[in-house]
Amino acid sequence: MSGVTAERGWRPQRDAALSMRGLRVAARGGAEILHGVDLTLTRGEILGLVGESGSGKTTAGLACLGHFRSGLAHTAGSVRLEPRPASSEADDGGEGLELMGLPTDRLRRLRGSCVAYIPQDPALSLNPVLRVGEQIREVLDTHGYGESTGDRDARVEEVLADVGLPSTAEYRRKWPHQLSGGQQQRIGIAMAFAMFPDVLILDEPTTGLDVSTQSHVLDTIRSMTRQHDVASLYITHDLAVVAELADRIAVMLRGELVEEGTVQQVLQAPEHPYTRRLLDAVPDLAGRKVLTATGQLPAARPSGSDADGGKATGGATAPSETGPREPEPGREAPLLEVKHLRKSYGRTPVLQDVGFSLRTGESTMVLGESGSGKTTLSRCVAGLIEDYEGSIALNGKELAASTRKRSNDERQEIQYIFQSPFSSLNPRRSIGQSLSVPLEMSGKLPARERRGVVEDALDSVRLGRSFHDRRPGDLSGGERQRAAIARALVNAPSVLICDEITSALDVSVQASIIDLLNRLRSERGLALLFVTHNITLARHVADRIVVLNQGVIVDSGPVDDVLENPTHDYTRELLSNVPTL
Amino acid sequence: MSTPDLDPEVVATPEPGAVETPPKESATRSRPLPARVWAQTQGKVGVVLTAAVVLVALAGPLLAPWLTGYSPTEFADRPFQSTGVFGTDNLGRSVGARFLAGGLLLLAYSVLATALGLVVGCTIGMIGGYAGGRTDSVIMRLNDIVLAFPQLVLALLAIVVLGPHGWVLVTVIGLTHAPRIARVARAATLGVVSEDYIRAAEMYAVPRTRILAREVLPNITGPLSVEAGLRLTYSIGAIASLSFLGLGMQPPAADWGLMINENRIALSVQPWGVILPVLAIAVLTIGTNLLADAVARATESTTVEAS
Repeated sequence: MSGVTAERGWRPQRDAALSMRGLRVAARGGAEILHGVDLTLTRGEILGLVGESGSGKTTAGLACLGHFRSGLAHTAGSVRLEPRPASSEADDGGEGLELMGLPTDRLRRLRGSCVAYIPQDPALSLNPVLRVGEQIREVLDTHGYGESTGDRDARVEEVLADVGLPSTAEYRRKWPHQLSGGQQQRIGIAMAFAMFPDVLILDEPTTGLDVSTQSHVLDTIRSMTRQHDVASLYITHDLAVVAELADRIAVMLRGELVEEGTVQQVLQAPEHPYTRRLLDAVPDLAGRKVLTATGQLPAARPSGSDADGGKATGGATAPSETGPREPEPGREAPLLEVKHLRKSYGRTPVLQDVGFSLRTGESTMVLGESGSGKTTLSRCVAGLIEDYEGSIALNGKELAASTRKRSNDERQEIQYIFQSPFSSLNPRRSIGQSLSVPLEMSGKLPARERRGVVEDALDSVRLGRSFHDRRPGDLSGGERQRAAIARALVNAPSVLICDEITSALDVSVQASIIDLLNRLRSERGLALLFVTHNITLARHVADRIVVLNQGVIVDSGPVDDVLENPTHDYTRELLSNVPTL
Repeated sequence: MSTPDLDPEVVATPEPGAVETPPKESATRSRPLPARVWAQTQGKVGVVLTAAVVLVALAGPLLAPWLTGYSPTEFADRPFQSTGVFGTDNLGRSVGARFLAGGLLLLAYSVLATALGLVVGCTIGMIGGYAGGRTDSVIMRLNDIVLAFPQLVLALLAIVVLGPHGWVLVTVIGLTHAPRIARVARAATLGVVSEDYIRAAEMYAVPRTRILAREVLPNITGPLSVEAGLRLTYSIGAIASLSFLGLGMQPPAADWGLMINENRIALSVQPWGVILPVLAIAVLTIGTNLLADAVARATESTTVEAS
């Protein structure tokens, strides 16, 4: 990725390919979604459109295709497309083409040929019953590319090679499900580039991918944009990705552009407070930044339980000074000890001889890409997987494999928080009902005292008591995750297993959740097993780190040791793929 | 929805060290279920239609002689005449009186049969879907065997053996609905069991029956209520068919199903004898289905939705 920095100085001197002026979009009910957005996409340049979910960035992106999701309507403003002179659709003689109010059949001809779109989820956007080669050719067929089928086949081969996939006949005959997420997304990119578009809209195309796949896909997008002189709009909530990829950045807040400028301007001298706030929320590998609101942590913390505490006062080198948490430096017995853990699904081994230990109040990050076995590992510890080999001991006492066979106390000591807050709370039961389940099952409190405990738990995750009677459907993603954390807290556990709990959330919400976890650790002396694919969070949450690759622990130790002197190639690769601001 | 995590007010004063931000309060207020159903146009129409038919069926038997001047079994004129408001039926009895009196039993039987079918079918289907594996296969194959018999044949058999009593009618129609409802319940359960909240309940060692009752059942009410609406209509149809064969409601009792069958031969001469009960059954079906949809939607959120 070193080439990027060199390229950043390069400015295209050509004119705009698409310009949006004062675009207003409103819902049918009357609420306005976009309040007059101005954007200009220039050829050969990538504009990063940043904002949190619900800020209207996808609505703005889709407007570039002349499309509005059902229930939304265009109320004012214009989106003008200026296609290349060579383009068949440019019959307005260089005047440009107003997309708003264009009849549907003209729009359909433009979409995919002049303006292309790459959606968020590659697995959902490819037709599962079409071979990938046919899928790309479909675009060419629809828009009547070339003279003959031979021309189109040649173009399919060419574009596959362009995105760095094999262009053999065998590969073109594959089904989408036979490809990995990254390959699927590159097929999507190939489809978008097949017709040599003028404008490309990318809607969070790398959100579901892990770091190294993401960096491959970003490389592909970058080189294709430069090579074909395309004007791109890259929609994302991840500022680090934009910093890597884009030439200019536009920041969106509730349907308004609050800031726009070159990458350097926006990242180094942000003008709008919201931009500053967004930047603060991005975790960085060096752990130099105080994640949002961590400054509010009580000043006197027991021996600086994590990096943040020291950073507020100590500056850049603080983490190594405060050091990993050592409550009693002696070799006290580990709270949780995992030894020789093995688990396989059928003949495929998922975990091979995994072992680590966790002491009271300590936070360990389990780092791995998708498929590395990290979720399996955390579920084994939580007792959700019954047939593993090896031992998991709590306070020196071995635990039964299944949570149903564990004792009440053992169940209370270890609490597991699920990845997706959208699936972990029963949508038909109120937050209060869901939160009192652990209390009900432990049976230690009479029913009428449960409400108080649940409300205390809601307090400790900074959710108001009014949420007690609400259903998950009324809560935002961040609020739901807080409620899920509260459910894990009602029984006062000593180990909290967090399985990718921030990966479904925006950076800013992630920052507030991380902040919450750190507070809870300092308030309650919780031990944390933080499972994630995001290495940049390491210095924000963890004392120790365990790197998991294909079911094997390849690297482990205190955070600083692992990040500064990685012993394994895999860790080094992970570190080199991290996008930075 | 509630306030986003980044408030402009908060943005404006991001200084750390400031007083702890107050816990977030829910931005919306919860409303009771009936209010949420009533707030939807669908719900209103459903409630009105269902209530109208149910009222007619409940109050009808009492009001019939008073409103029409005839009791349901009294002969008013020759067959198929236009005496009174709605004329006479195939035996010369008042159609109006028989219509008013004929809803109660039919409604009661079909509601009971549907309820029985729902209870049995849901239990079977949810156990199959939740247990999975061999239990599921065995249950569902047995279910398929029962499904292979036409519903009416089973009903005929039971009534011939046990006699044409009301409870036999309810039981046999309810039980023949059960396998069909079980299929729907199982499919819906399969969609829910992979969700994390089921796994969370397992993690807290919640007893399996309680997982089914509390975590699974409330989340499959959508497809189930649609199925229940459909089954209610089928129950009415089945009771009417059995009555036609002489095995359901016994003449001279007034009954909407019987009326359709008795009077359909004179549809062109005296259509009221068919139209009235058909209308009532159609309105009831539409009403209950709208109501079922509205209830399904209202249970999704605790706030009022604009529909």
